[in-house]
Amino acid sequence: MTDATIHSRPSRSTSSRAGRIALRTLLYVFLIGFALFYLMPLFVMLTTSLKSLDEIRTGSLVALPRDVTFEAWRTAWSGACTGIRCEGLKPYLLNSLMIAIPGVALSTLFGAMNGYVFAQWKFRGANVLFALLLFGCFIPFQVVLLPMARVLGILNLAGTIPGLIFVHTVYGLGFTTLFFRNYYVTIPMELVRAAKIDGAGFFRIFWSIFLPLSLPIIVVTVIWQFTQIWNDFLFGVSFSQAGTQPVTVALNNIVNSTTGVKEYNVDMAAAILAALPTLLVYVVAGKYFIRGLTAGSVKG
Amino acid sequence: MAPILDIKNLYKSYGATEILKDINVAIEPGDFLVLVGPSGCGKSTLLNCIAGLEPISGGAIHINGKDMTDVSPKDRDIAMVFQSYALYPTMTVAKNITFGMKVRGVDAATQAAKLAEVAAQLQIEPLLNRRPGQLSGGQRQRVAMGRALVRDPALFLFDEPLSNLDAKLRVEMRTEIKKLHHNLGASMVYVTHDQIEAMTLATKIVVMKGGVIQQIGTPAEIYNTPANLFVADFMGSPAMNLIPARVQQNGTGHRIEIQRVDAEPLVLEDHRPLNLPGNVIMGLRPEDIAEAGFRAGAEVQEATCLVDMVEPAGADTYVVSQLGGKQVTARLHAETSARAGQPMVMAFDLAKVSYFAPRRVSG
Repeated sequence: MTDATIHSRPSRSTSSRAGRIALRTLLYVFLIGFALFYLMPLFVMLTTSLKSLDEIRTGSLVALPRDVTFEAWRTAWSGACTGIRCEGLKPYLLNSLMIAIPGVALSTLFGAMNGYVFAQWKFRGANVLFALLLFGCFIPFQVVLLPMARVLGILNLAGTIPGLIFVHTVYGLGFTTLFFRNYYVTIPMELVRAAKIDGAGFFRIFWSIFLPLSLPIIVVTVIWQFTQIWNDFLFGVSFSQAGTQPVTVALNNIVNSTTGVKEYNVDMAAAILAALPTLLVYVVAGKYFIRGLTAGSVKG
Repeated sequence: MAPILDIKNLYKSYGATEILKDINVAIEPGDFLVLVGPSGCGKSTLLNCIAGLEPISGGAIHINGKDMTDVSPKDRDIAMVFQSYALYPTMTVAKNITFGMKVRGVDAATQAAKLAEVAAQLQIEPLLNRRPGQLSGGQRQRVAMGRALVRDPALFLFDEPLSNLDAKLRVEMRTEIKKLHHNLGASMVYVTHDQIEAMTLATKIVVMKGGVIQQIGTPAEIYNTPANLFVADFMGSPAMNLIPARVQQNGTGHRIEIQRVDAEPLVLEDHRPLNLPGNVIMGLRPEDIAEAGFRAGAEVQEATCLVDMVEPAGADTYVVSQLGGKQVTARLHAETSARAGQPMVMAFDLAKVSYFAPRRVSG
């Protein structure tokens, strides 16, 4: 419409072009301003983590480091103390990976299967059950801490990594089921019927026809679940013990349990280390994330 | 010969709603059965019941002499072509066609041989490595048929397979399905809402409405002697003229009087020995009303009618006139001299008339 206006009124084109450039400039100023605002903390974290403690004390918060040192990173990785143990974040990052990878895989797989059933194998009471499962998405997790502790005790999984995998799988199911169900309802029912006549059963249809179709929604679910599980603190702090804590809990301990001088550079390096995997997942799979979120609306 | 498909007293209901009521149909091997009716008449549900995709509430289904009522779809010896084609989107055309054999554990050599045979038959060899998304509608249709053909089943089921194609392609594929049926000699059940598809393809037609069979017969029987007003109105395009008329016994025959606005009643004589009530609906197809002099026959009678409208349609010209308070369409030859607003002498072929009891006035 803007083009049409310009073409039909050539006499006013100079003034409208000037106005357009002014608007554009304003837009860029605003956007760059917001981007800087958002990037500022990251900038401070990065620069602080590369400074020595002396420099932090004497220099300005936003200044670039004079002498770049990776000493704080080394400490954060393998030397920082979480309470009485001084092994850095390394073992806890490993714990988090051992929790997140199976947790993501299991909750995604079960979510896919649940979604497949809810979308394509309607049974009596399916809608009620689905509504209940959705309810699980919105439950504040503090409510389930005590019952879950009891269940983990009964299962003999209290304080263990498998216990945390179990907790994350169970509480991930609400969202993963929702994702897959909404994706699979867009697939025509006739596909299942055709496969039934071809002789395929429940699992065969799932493995051969539905799973290969699901890449976009698998990416969405994996990113979502990985972020949730990796960033979780509440379950991690409640259901772990020394040696099985995830990185979020360890980070908290490093920052809060230091006595004497606060090592800001180590804290910053540790925080970046703890956040790195989720950042990596977004960078690698981010474009599929957007695509997958909108994929339900487009024919597969 | 034993019927290839025998449906006895089939009922189907969802909760309290009866979808199909007392369906009885049987077809011989090699028959092409078409289930036709308006949307919501239960024809697709009936097909799904035959396929075993929907459980039935009562009655029995026999396929090839075996009771299949409680047998799962894969063991019914059937193949089905769906309206949306239902091709597996992530598999190539070749994998789509061989998927059923793979599931059944057929060895690779047999799979390849059958695939080649079917691909040649449907001329889809160049497409075998493509995915369904890369095919046109007509090509997808062929692949869907290939998937059915490769099974070599006792019974083929088609669920409105042509309704997603454009008009030209639809006519082409219709001919091709007919050819396929002829060449294979296979038994087929075909669902459509398109009465022309039904007429051209079927050896036997079932007309359905509201879950009840209205008439079963050959296309000629259905067309020439419709069992009731619904069938008369549904089958044929343009539809059969249904003209209210009064009847008087006149010797062995009947004198038929049709009211007209601003004119003398139109009077025709039906000499056939029928037993008619005083009020009837007279059914006469547009092609059985001609321009005077263009129709010969013992029962052809002429009368002057006022032409309301002339609609040239290329090969034919349709002429509309008011008779008995209804728009009556006559199918005339293309070079007719009929002009709107002018009277014209028309020839009515009384030998082709069907009579129906008038619909009860409701409300």
